[in-house]
Amino acid sequence: MKRAFFPLTVLVLIAGCSSSQSWGWYVIDPTTESGWTNVKFLVSGMGATIQISLIAAVLSIVIGLIVALPGLSEKRGWRLVNRVYVEFIRSIPLLPMLFWVFYGMPIVFRSMGLNIPIDPFWGAIITLAVSDSAFTAEIYRAGIQSIARGQSEAAQTIGLNYFQSMRYVILPQAIRRILPPLANQFIYIVKMSAFASVIGMQELTRRANELVVTEYRPLEIYTLLIFEYLLLVLIISAGVRWLERRMGSDERGQ
Amino acid sequence: MPDAVVELVGVNKWYGAFHALKDFNLEISSGERVVICGPSGSGKSTVVRCINQLERHQKGTIRIDGVELTEDPKSVARIRSEVGMVFQQFNLFPHLTVLENLTLGPIKARGLSRKDAEARARHYLERVHIPDQADKHPIQLSGGQQQRVAIARSLCMEPRVLLFDEPTSALDPEMISEVLDVMVELAEDGMTMVVVTHEMGFARKVADNMVFMDAGETVEQGKPEHLFTNPRSERCRKFLSQILQH
Repeated sequence: MKRAFFPLTVLVLIAGCSSSQSWGWYVIDPTTESGWTNVKFLVSGMGATIQISLIAAVLSIVIGLIVALPGLSEKRGWRLVNRVYVEFIRSIPLLPMLFWVFYGMPIVFRSMGLNIPIDPFWGAIITLAVSDSAFTAEIYRAGIQSIARGQSEAAQTIGLNYFQSMRYVILPQAIRRILPPLANQFIYIVKMSAFASVIGMQELTRRANELVVTEYRPLEIYTLLIFEYLLLVLIISAGVRWLERRMGSDERGQ
Repeated sequence: MPDAVVELVGVNKWYGAFHALKDFNLEISSGERVVICGPSGSGKSTVVRCINQLERHQKGTIRIDGVELTEDPKSVARIRSEVGMVFQQFNLFPHLTVLENLTLGPIKARGLSRKDAEARARHYLERVHIPDQADKHPIQLSGGQQQRVAIARSLCMEPRVLLFDEPTSALDPEMISEVLDVMVELAEDGMTMVVVTHEMGFARKVADNMVFMDAGETVEQGKPEHLFTNPRSERCRKFLSQILQH
């Protein structure tokens, strides 16, 4: 069944390229003028998707670390702060959170006497970053906990304070274990950024939706959309592998 | 006693329900070498870990240079600047070179310039007899060399007291003596030392005071020759005969 899947897909696609009634690749055929205009329209969402994903990923990496640190504390109160944040945030489905941020948060701001508008761009970024930070926090926690206790004890005995020992001793060692799962989260963010289309962000998925409405060719347009995401994810994967190799060559054992 | 560098009075430590230290008393004066021995689980490591506050004691008083340790971060920072520590597992930083291991504390915690810190590091590497390994990573060194780097790292902080927690227990037999030699030289230079060890030859050679512990208490203490030849307690006699017969 699994083996048959790939040839079958290829066959269906090839069949679609023929003159069959039910397929119409002409909508995105770059050799024709209208097809080329459509392709340009679809791909023009790429910039927004990349921007949203990149900014959200960077924010998530920062927020995740800030949330992870109290989770490593010996004080129960601090650990509780971490637990509540992680459990609460990761329980919220992305779409409701997006609606809450985009439609709800301006009301909260207004009731506080603040006039902070939330546009689709920042609404999507805030939602993705906060939602993902619960997962990055757990990744940091596991990575830092995997570094032997003796390392932080040695750092303490040579007079380093908590932040110095994190900065110079623990994190440089933990980062090699943190990076691969963090890359996974980045890919996740790129894919989840598609939800931004429902609050009107002009990114890849929104562009596809808009074209489908005018062209009535969902199969062809969404197929191209899927390959657009595939391209982005492949680029990220290659980048991460390069980064890992670079760090790996730096590592002289533990 | 005015010149007591470290003073433990009635120190108690519990791990959950386990009573690790029971009303423990110990006084260490400047330049004194104290060796602590005893069966495993007797609380000897806990003593040194309480002195530098890697473990917080629950009852009793610990004074460093006459100043009592409290939970105040300033008080903890003060011990870190006066008390050095050498671990059983070395705990060198694997991602840094030997030189970087040695200069990290002086630069970040003491505010020394890189140049001064490196000069100091090379001085102490010389002192532990591995001046030519400065640019290697810890993993490239033998166990004995690693432990000597760890000793040099502690010395770079120029502490008043140096604590050793079973410094030779993780070493291959042929590397033990190179580490002990360095420790003997430190002792001869007048360093105040507290050493948890089973190396009785070392104890005999350098210890001014030997403490035999069992079940969180001092069973017996005194000059090493006294403990070796004429122990008062049965437990101490039995323990020493067991580790000395090999």
